[in-house]
Amino acid sequence: MTATTSSATAGPLVIRRRPRRSRRSVTLTVLTTIMLVYTLLPLAWLVINATKTQEGLFRSFGLWFDGDFALFGNIAATFTYGGGIFTRWLLNTLLYVVVGAGGATLLATIAGYGLAKFDFPGKKAVFATVIGAVAVPGTALAVPTFLMFSTMGLTDTPWAIVIPSLISPFGLYLMWTFASDAVPDEILESARVDGAREFQTFFRISLPLLAPGIVTVLLFTVVATWNNYFLPLIMLKDPAWYPLTVGLNSWNAQATTAGGEVVFNLVITGSLLTIVPLIAAFLLLQRYWQSGLAAGSVKG
Amino acid sequence: MTTTRRHALLLGAALSVSLFATACGSSGGTGSGTAAATQSASADDLQAALDAGGSITVWAWEPTLKQVVADFQTKYPKVKVNLVNAGTGNDQYTALQNAVKAGSGLPDVAQIEYYALPQFALGKAVTDLTAFGADKLDGTFTPGPWNSVHSGGGIYGLPMDSGPMALFYNKDVFDKHKIEVPKTWEEYIAAAKKLHEADPKAYITNDVGDAGFTTSMIWQAGGKPYKVDGTKVGIDFGDAGTQKFTAAWQQLVSGKLVAPVASWSDAWYKGLGDGTIATLVIGAWMPANLETGVKAGAGKWRVAPMPQWESGGKATSENGGSSLAIPEGAADKKLAYAFLKYANVDEGVQARVDGGAFPATTAQLNAPEFTDKKFPYFGDQQVNQVLAESAGQVVSGWSYLPYQVYANSVFNDTVGKAYISGTTLQDGLKAWQDASVKYGQEQGFTMQ
Amino acid sequence: MVATPRAGAPSGRRAASPGRRSWTGWRFVGPFMAVFALVFLAPIAYSIYLSLFRTQLIGGTTFVGADNYVKALGDPQFWSAFGRVALFLVVQVPIMLFLALLVALAIDSGRLYGASFFRISVFLPYAVPAVVAALMWGFMYGTRFGLIGNLNDALGVSLPDPLSSDLILASIGNIVTWEFVGYNMLILYSALRVVNPSLYEAAEMDGAGQLRIVWAIKLPALRGALLIATIFSIIGSFQLFNEPAILRDLAPNAITTYFTPNYYAYSLSFRGQQFNYSATVAIVMGVITMVIAYVVQLRGMRKGA
Repeated sequence: MTATTSSATAGPLVIRRRPRRSRRSVTLTVLTTIMLVYTLLPLAWLVINATKTQEGLFRSFGLWFDGDFALFGNIAATFTYGGGIFTRWLLNTLLYVVVGAGGATLLATIAGYGLAKFDFPGKKAVFATVIGAVAVPGTALAVPTFLMFSTMGLTDTPWAIVIPSLISPFGLYLMWTFASDAVPDEILESARVDGAREFQTFFRISLPLLAPGIVTVLLFTVVATWNNYFLPLIMLKDPAWYPLTVGLNSWNAQATTAGGEVVFNLVITGSLLTIVPLIAAFLLLQRYWQSGLAAGSVKG
Repeated sequence: MTTTRRHALLLGAALSVSLFATACGSSGGTGSGTAAATQSASADDLQAALDAGGSITVWAWEPTLKQVVADFQTKYPKVKVNLVNAGTGNDQYTALQNAVKAGSGLPDVAQIEYYALPQFALGKAVTDLTAFGADKLDGTFTPGPWNSVHSGGGIYGLPMDSGPMALFYNKDVFDKHKIEVPKTWEEYIAAAKKLHEADPKAYITNDVGDAGFTTSMIWQAGGKPYKVDGTKVGIDFGDAGTQKFTAAWQQLVSGKLVAPVASWSDAWYKGLGDGTIATLVIGAWMPANLETGVKAGAGKWRVAPMPQWESGGKATSENGGSSLAIPEGAADKKLAYAFLKYANVDEGVQARVDGGAFPATTAQLNAPEFTDKKFPYFGDQQVNQVLAESAGQVVSGWSYLPYQVYANSVFNDTVGKAYISGTTLQDGLKAWQDASVKYGQEQGFTMQ
Repeated sequence: MVATPRAGAPSGRRAASPGRRSWTGWRFVGPFMAVFALVFLAPIAYSIYLSLFRTQLIGGTTFVGADNYVKALGDPQFWSAFGRVALFLVVQVPIMLFLALLVALAIDSGRLYGASFFRISVFLPYAVPAVVAALMWGFMYGTRFGLIGNLNDALGVSLPDPLSSDLILASIGNIVTWEFVGYNMLILYSALRVVNPSLYEAAEMDGAGQLRIVWAIKLPALRGALLIATIFSIIGSFQLFNEPAILRDLAPNAITTYFTPNYYAYSLSFRGQQFNYSATVAIVMGVITMVIAYVVQLRGMRKGA
């Protein structure tokens, strides 16, 4: 990749920031490439094996293709197997991500901003409580949570997945530190002098400044919700509400049961298909993330 | 476990502690559970329930039930059956357990494996079916599974399938190395040595320590380590039957003659296909798994009787299998039982057999169209003859612990050490016994 | 003033001018805390309540006060699990954070060919669900049919079995590192991006080299982000669950039911029906984690002062 194209993809910010540092280092690139191989090798395995049939999986070398190229057959089979339930799982997951991760990002942004820009009674206790609660192993809380949700009639409904997803302690922390720096107190002061109400100030002035932080938090919450496994496993019994992770595992578990159909090839292809939307989302968010960062750094 | 042996990812079965506490606590018998338990039904009542119609929810992971449900609804158009796969094995028990604890969201029918049933029965989480006429079904099922659904004088489920054990072997591998099919365990060990010497990549079988397999083997050898009488429990892995098993199997483990591959893993399926795992001593439900999971083994596998401890002996045991039970607190028990009877006693059985399941009913096991069926996968062998014969030779008198789900979960903590260190199987079993006794004491059982 | 995220600053020293202390802030924090109370605090309170009782299959429920806590503190299985995650923590977390730091610095340096490609690629494993990750690594770790097996055959060597009881913890550490190195990289990278570029320019004009800039400007700027990444990694290590739970399929003997404290609590609850004791173990582990995270935060802040 040439210097021109990479600065083009990296956005105008890089050009402004580092006018004299267009020198690229081959050594550094090679060293980082080692890291790249480490992270991509298992994914390469996934891609390669998604092209194999059930029998091909067993007879061929893991990191190379089998003679039979069955990727498209596998994809078609994944979407039609079990009455096309994979599509349903995909839509469920999208629902959980949009509502859960979106809501989590919203709550974390507002609360993080509140912590960063206001002094209020009990403030010191808030973060200590959040960190403390996060430190308690979540799997052990599954049963109490289930019983509570059951009393409220929420189990086996999408709410049982969405509501717990609304909390991202890490998102709260990120937004807190980010808002401390990204939104200058002086701007808020002048807004207050002008008589603007706090929420008006927040939406008109602060929110745009917080954009890069919001995108980062959104990225983390989207991935966390997309990969959510343990909670849905406890809360849902009806496969029609499964997210992809639980659904795929139920396919995998078929291999462990008498008379169950072994569909490792569909599990692998389904896994690959599960990751693809996330990669797309990441690429999409990355664009906003960079323009947001540029906006955020202008304040200098 | 029948059917499920994969340990990870399965949320354990958590039987309702507080449920039992509630049942005990409400000694006045005012609980809805207690009232429901006295519910009974004659054949006419069942027919009336079917005619009246309604809807029931069935939690099961058994794949052939799908056809049974479809047929059932065709026959009784007023009944709607909602078949839900709420997870396999322990996953489903956890869901069931949680629903019981929460007191809502219970199914009307649930699939429960034989080894787990006593635990549910003890906690009164499932209904005694005697009042519905289940006690009149003597002789309908083979002795192994029928015995397994009995607990403390009650009948807590109807057997759905069974897993009398047999020797599944790869004939190609045996022929290639000129190995005779072993008839005794002594011959089996000799075959293991011969095979591994001839081909260091090949093993007679795989084993990394499996509670279900080990207990089934002890069962066949005549061991009776568990003595259960209500809440009085005795555990002794020092009996002659257990020692017979450990003495033999220790040779295979110490000699590194068993493949260190976990059952049900992808490596296992691969090994079954490429001949590196040459035999399986396993339940009669295995043919369907081989046919769909090990396509590369088509034509190579055969079935022979389970190797014996005495030459000419005819003793087998059960490995896995599950029942259908009715949770206490199910909304419509009459309709639920009518479905149970249809699926496990009447027309449903044949539909499931046609779908590849191995039945627990004597009628199907003895039917010529069942025993004479040729399996192309097994080189046109009439596999069911061997398997049905095994079903009739199951050693009687075996019982599982009323907390076998927990005991099995710590099997690899204790006996598993024999597979990765210098501990012997016998010492490992002693450690397993100690852990099980300790748990029993903590749970208030009278340990003997 | 350099724009740097400051870790764990519950003191509110960066808040708006003193004297404006009012309840207004709660209107922002309130919604988060309300949901938080429902999904975290209430179950924890319920668990604390549970931990004071004992329920038996035979005999029902009795109040036992602190008995469960006494039992937990003297439970060798619990401490064995704790020791294992403590070891994991002191070995795996530094390695992972160091790698994340290197990659973040490399990408931020602007001296990399295809920096944005590196950034997304290193982050990708975080997008892989744990179930899928275990499937992939389980395959690679296989000494008979897996990649290790292929290597053994091809090179005529006999590599150690990653799933043996000696190596299993390291193998899990590798999976966790693989999954989370990109996640931590992104946190550190975000922190680097808000460093005021004029600082670099000033340093370069003073003739400072790249390493000098890293040392004098970037690392101090990262302290806050590193601290919080460390705290969340401590919590993550002490809660280690998914990877051992999934790999137990393949290595049932190497991974015991008390392999990690969280797995122990899970086994007690879901397999052994010992909800009360399970809740106790979870609470004890939570308290220990909190104390350690708090100490790390205090030390980190003191150094930062």
